[in-house]
Amino acid sequence: MSLLHVAILSPFLFAIIVPFLYKYFRKVHTGWFVLILPVLLFAYFTQFISSNMRGETIKQTASWIPSLDINFTAYIDGLGLLFALLITGIGALVILYSIYYLSKEKEQLNTFYVYLLMFMGAMLGVVLSDNLIVLYTFWEFTSLSSFLLIGYWYKREKSRYGAQKSMLITIFGGLLMLGGFIMLYMMTNTFSIREIIEKVPEISQHELFIPALVLILFGAFTKSAQFPFYIWLPDAMEAPTPVSAYLHSATMVKAGIYIVARFSPVFAGTPEWFWIVSAFGIFTMFWGSFNAVKQTDLKSILAFSTVSQLGMIMSMLGVGSAALAIDSIDNSVYTVATLAAVFHLINHATFKGSLFMVVGIVDHETGTRDIRKLGGLMSFMPITFTISIIGAFAMAGLPPFNGFLSKEMFFTSMIRIIEMDVFNVETLGLLFPIIAWIGSIFTFIYSMVLVFKTFTGKYQPEKLEKKPHEAPIGMLISPIILGSLVIIFFFFPNILAYTIIEPAMASIIPALLGDEKHFHVHIYAWHGFTIELFMTIGVFALGVLGYFFLRKWRGVYKLVPEKLTLNKGYDAALYTLDKSTFKITRFYMTGFIRDYLAIIFTFFILILGTTLILTDGFSFSLEGTAPIGIYEAVLAVVMVIGTITVLFAKSRLTAIIALGSVGYSLSLFFVVFRAPDLALTQLLVETVSVALFLLCFYHLPEFKKKEKKLNFKLTNLIISLGVGTIVTLIALSANSQRVSETISTYFIENSYKLAGGKNMVNVILVDFRGFDTLFEIAVLGIAGLGIYSMIRLKVRKGEEG
Amino acid sequence: MKKTHVKTNDVIFQTVTKVVAFIIIAYSLHLFFSGHYTPGGGFIGGLMTAAAFVLLLLAFDVKTVEKTLNVDYIKMTATGLLIAVLTGLGSFFYNVPFLTQTFSYVDIPLLGKTALATAVLFDLGVYLVVIGVTMTIIQTIGEKE
Repeated sequence: MSLLHVAILSPFLFAIIVPFLYKYFRKVHTGWFVLILPVLLFAYFTQFISSNMRGETIKQTASWIPSLDINFTAYIDGLGLLFALLITGIGALVILYSIYYLSKEKEQLNTFYVYLLMFMGAMLGVVLSDNLIVLYTFWEFTSLSSFLLIGYWYKREKSRYGAQKSMLITIFGGLLMLGGFIMLYMMTNTFSIREIIEKVPEISQHELFIPALVLILFGAFTKSAQFPFYIWLPDAMEAPTPVSAYLHSATMVKAGIYIVARFSPVFAGTPEWFWIVSAFGIFTMFWGSFNAVKQTDLKSILAFSTVSQLGMIMSMLGVGSAALAIDSIDNSVYTVATLAAVFHLINHATFKGSLFMVVGIVDHETGTRDIRKLGGLMSFMPITFTISIIGAFAMAGLPPFNGFLSKEMFFTSMIRIIEMDVFNVETLGLLFPIIAWIGSIFTFIYSMVLVFKTFTGKYQPEKLEKKPHEAPIGMLISPIILGSLVIIFFFFPNILAYTIIEPAMASIIPALLGDEKHFHVHIYAWHGFTIELFMTIGVFALGVLGYFFLRKWRGVYKLVPEKLTLNKGYDAALYTLDKSTFKITRFYMTGFIRDYLAIIFTFFILILGTTLILTDGFSFSLEGTAPIGIYEAVLAVVMVIGTITVLFAKSRLTAIIALGSVGYSLSLFFVVFRAPDLALTQLLVETVSVALFLLCFYHLPEFKKKEKKLNFKLTNLIISLGVGTIVTLIALSANSQRVSETISTYFIENSYKLAGGKNMVNVILVDFRGFDTLFEIAVLGIAGLGIYSMIRLKVRKGEEG
Repeated sequence: MKKTHVKTNDVIFQTVTKVVAFIIIAYSLHLFFSGHYTPGGGFIGGLMTAAAFVLLLLAFDVKTVEKTLNVDYIKMTATGLLIAVLTGLGSFFYNVPFLTQTFSYVDIPLLGKTALATAVLFDLGVYLVVIGVTMTIIQTIGEKE
């Protein structure tokens, strides 16, 4: 464990003390304590920037399960660092914002901050782990904490719905991704991403290579809300706005982007990777922006816009991967896509974060997020208005905001596709710039809707719950910081270029690093009158038209009936699943223990019988058996008589006593065979269980020998005969053939030597097989609790109802 | 327990139980401690103690026994499990695998040379769990009315 490991785990550790801080310092908003951590972490991570700029990476390993090659290896390179800084930086701003957003009187702050810290730690773990299994563990932790945060206001039905939806979809993807990871392990015999990358040339022809690629992309696409998995993201907006700003725009949804970027050195260069990532990305970009325009809820607009922007980043990563397949002397022409992806990732975090916070402020101060009720807030909230102008214009891709720069690069990289001559892009390649351009027009329109429908137009006080006024300064600090970054990054993009973007690119496309170990990144706003600039002008012109004539063309959204939407499909699938599993469960969970026993024993016969026949396991020999004495014979006769008595007993008491006699005879068998421990145990178990039977006695209905149908009796007869036969056959065969030496010699020799006990049975129980015993008593305890709760809770339920 | 229709006369049973139950418990403790060398141990000892309790339950009724013994069996089970796990965890302090047991011989006044084994602590956990679970089950079912 090094300081780096402690830093990654610190949010989890800090989460432990949060409830106490909440309980004992009620006067202070818990957020103030929590805020310290991300600030410290941010400062801690900034120190790695300089070493990363020199092209160095940091790797520290703490062994966890070394025997399975699972070690907690923390690895810092440009990509991981970029995400770590985003997570802690945005995290600090979001927590500061949440202090004013969530009232300390009304909300359960302790749980909120525990979940949030859990998320932060999990996210740091995802981006800084080199080991796939550790990465996956943290990955599922992000899904889990996201679930808890979306369901934070769990009393609302929509919150629960959204939480469940996000959980089902992201965990579904996560599991598929785990499958991909395991395939990678099967090919390379290592879980370390570094080592996998080194072995890429050996595995790229392996038959599992493409399946692993697809499975890992499933994980990335579900998490990053790509089409058609994006449907969870709009519903996740039920979370408190700070959460939406943090998880569902700036960090968690980018985990999928991270995975794609992280695995680019492994998979990039294959046509599958290029086509899947770019095509899904660009279509998601269009689909998200197209759907964002029809939304009326501010947060829904932002949700779809996030979907669209994620698609855009994804497509750029896909296009960037093609550079690896091109034998060109000057690769920098094609690496621009990767550069744009990284740059836009940062830009998106800044402007989308600030926009979410602005929407939160509007919601907080007016009580609604519905753009049909809002309007004319400009004069009430001038600062909020300014910030939202900055954020929205950056999103639309206008100067002088950072979004303009990355949007231009986005166009550039899409246009360059046409010039590529790999992967058969000649035919479909032309579609990329066109879809990108159309998507950008919609992006422009919804950005304008977001700002102008809220802040300009007619003020409608009668539709608002509260009288709007400017938010408190504390709430404004975070969006102001993000908003200023939007402008700063436009004017001085090169403060990011060599510090963060260039090392991140080096870890995404390491194969293209030149001899100097550096990419030459230089971002500038003015390229001259290029095609990209004309595209932006086109977006602006058509966007303005589209915005003003929105009412005229809104009808297109009604063309697709609601029944055919993905959401309906999800709901229907869930409903069908629910119904069908219920039906299947109903089929065998009849509530009668005799049915369960019949099922269990039938399978018992089938499985053991088939095994016995298939392996030809039956054998019978009398070799090495002792002669049968008079005691054994008598006991056996008693047992048989006891058993038959049970079958024909007229009263329950007789049956119980007869059953008891079978048990006691068995314990006598143990005595004859000189196993005192077993005999004692059997005697006691018999005694206690007979007593238990007698106690139950009072509660059972009258014992009636019902005349059952012959059918029923016959089935039972067959099953019981079958079980008896199988057990007898197995016992005989087991005794007749020894595959290996008996293990009892080991215990005889060592129980005194190693464990200092002369009673072998006891030594085995507490020492040699102590683990078994531990779990056995745990099972016993659970069974006891189960019986207790079943009987007690049933009684209580009856009282209530 | 449900009242039986006939008024039972179990004076002899009750008187005998008062004495015998304690003999059984004492013997069960013996079984528990001697388990490492002769037949016995936590599981058997626990069952034996539980049997003594069951005898009390049969002779008297559930409520009386509950009042006299006043034990929360669920807590007893939990304590037992905790002891078992903690003795296992103890081995981490000596850098040996989970649940490693050890023993040594000590001279104790009056008793002479005695073997002390950590396994007994683990067995104590087993002992408590067995009593706890058995009694939880029997009492819940017996008390239902």
